[in-house]
Amino acid sequence: MTDRDLALKSLALRRRLLRLIHEAGAGHTGGGLSCLDILNVLYHRVLNVSPQTVDAPTRDRYVQSKGHCVEALYTVLADRGYFPDADLDTVCHYQSPYVGHPTRKIRGVEMNTGALGHGLPICLGMALAAKLDGASYRVFTLLGDGELAEGSNWEAAMAASHHQLDNLVGLLDHNTLQITGHTREVMANEPLDEKWRAFGWEVRSVDGHDYAQLTAALTTPPPKGKPLFVLAHTVKGKGVSFMENVAKWHHGVPSEVELAQALTELTAAEAKLREVHA
Amino acid sequence: MSAPAPSMFTPAAQAMAAQLGLKQGRANLEAFAETLQTLAQADRNVVAVTSDSRGSGKLAPYGKALPRQIIEVGIAEQNLVGITAGLAACGKKAFGVSPSCFLTARSLEQIKNDVCYSNVPAVLVGISAGVSYGALGSTHHSLHDLAVLRAIHNLTIIVPADNTETRAAVRYAAQATRPVFLRFGKAAMLDVTPAGATFTAGRAVTLREGRDVAFLANGETVVHAQLAAALLAEQGVSARVVSLHTVKPLDTATVLAAGRESRAVITVEEHMLTGGVGEAVASTLLQAGLAPRFKMVGFPDEDTVTGAQADLFRHYGISMEGLAATALALLAS
Repeated sequence: MTDRDLALKSLALRRRLLRLIHEAGAGHTGGGLSCLDILNVLYHRVLNVSPQTVDAPTRDRYVQSKGHCVEALYTVLADRGYFPDADLDTVCHYQSPYVGHPTRKIRGVEMNTGALGHGLPICLGMALAAKLDGASYRVFTLLGDGELAEGSNWEAAMAASHHQLDNLVGLLDHNTLQITGHTREVMANEPLDEKWRAFGWEVRSVDGHDYAQLTAALTTPPPKGKPLFVLAHTVKGKGVSFMENVAKWHHGVPSEVELAQALTELTAAEAKLREVHA
Repeated sequence: MSAPAPSMFTPAAQAMAAQLGLKQGRANLEAFAETLQTLAQADRNVVAVTSDSRGSGKLAPYGKALPRQIIEVGIAEQNLVGITAGLAACGKKAFGVSPSCFLTARSLEQIKNDVCYSNVPAVLVGISAGVSYGALGSTHHSLHDLAVLRAIHNLTIIVPADNTETRAAVRYAAQATRPVFLRFGKAAMLDVTPAGATFTAGRAVTLREGRDVAFLANGETVVHAQLAAALLAEQGVSARVVSLHTVKPLDTATVLAAGRESRAVITVEEHMLTGGVGEAVASTLLQAGLAPRFKMVGFPDEDTVTGAQADLFRHYGISMEGLAATALALLAS
């Protein structure tokens, strides 16, 4: 899939994501839009997974530690054929299996997440299991900025390099905003590259909306024995002008009017992209 | 040189144990470690995860024999449970081993979400549980663990009474397809399980039949109930003794039988009276319309006094003499 194909897909999935959140009446809009390109690259270029191999012992594992952005995950999984697109209309509805945070009841979801600071330790266990079995699969988790204040991440950061887990990848959706406002004002976490390097990780900084940069960072193996941390610089609310870099869209649900405006913008962006490449 | 730990048993209780032919065993913790090593030697998928706890978990010999099947995470219990869950999700029979006081408090959210809600077949082992650490104080006591774990869906909770139940519980946990919590103390136990008894998770073991009073106990308290029943027999009181080794799911049939067939029911546990097995038994009896004379023996809602485990057991009435006196008072009330 070319970068252009991915860009077109991302625009379509952004529209789907916004419709889903509007219908559900709940969801995490800003973070979903900021991590969508990362998920698209993971599921189309990086992860050795498919709807046909959900139980294959050798598949790569992806655990979404920032579980609140489940709508983005469900949208990408539906697009990849794990379940029908129509299922997305039931997210958060009474008695739907599509809970408002990732659940293993849904095909393709590896672990139940939602409480923050859980994904990395779980992925450590998965990466250790691969090493014990001499298996070549890799294990990926996606973290959020605010989440890094959870101490469990740093327990895992220490243990990952101690156990030389070069099959483990931590990705940060570094949009610099959390529910209360700027992460640097809530609980400053910079300098993140130096912190993760000090914990013994290979650190790569990329534009989290640049498919080529993400692909290179995620597919180039880290030095032997080093876990990989990808610091993906992203924009919260990416793709919708009035949502970009606005903290209130962390879990803001678009109204009918706002949804229409957002869809118009995304459709215009798609038309422009097709025109440029025509 | 430190003073020797006080005995769990008075000379009279020791004499009663000898009269009953109760054999001296080892700490349940040692029986656990030995069984786990045997299982791990036969199955390379068995993995122990420790938080600087291999010594207190009696797993040092295991670690020496099977260095590839023990994973050290350092003093980081949240990480321990997350890693155990991840290993279990990828086909490993992972046993996360840590003192129950830390395991079930600091990493409660990981137990709830990563293990139980995610439904991975991980085994969590709370070692040196209850007041095993005695005089080290409340930071090191786990008198809350069963209460918090009972309130979490999808967890089998087992508190073995002796080495025999311990070995069987570990074997059960190793082949379970859902989450299991095992709770062990570190005092040397007398073996109370009758020869030929079978262990089934969720099925209590009746150690002694009786009609006047029924002791429903678990873990390291069971032997004291067994001795108390023998002492009561000398006074013409017939006492039933049940090892309620599985706290959840509770063997309600055995609990209800005790409530129907005895004039009085006494629960005994190394746990806070709040939220423990006593309250589980009480609600089972009441919901079935049974109201025998009832007493819960355990740790009250107070600042626990200082002392070794034996001191605390005696202080709170968990002894042959204490339990017999409780039974007589209850029957006379």
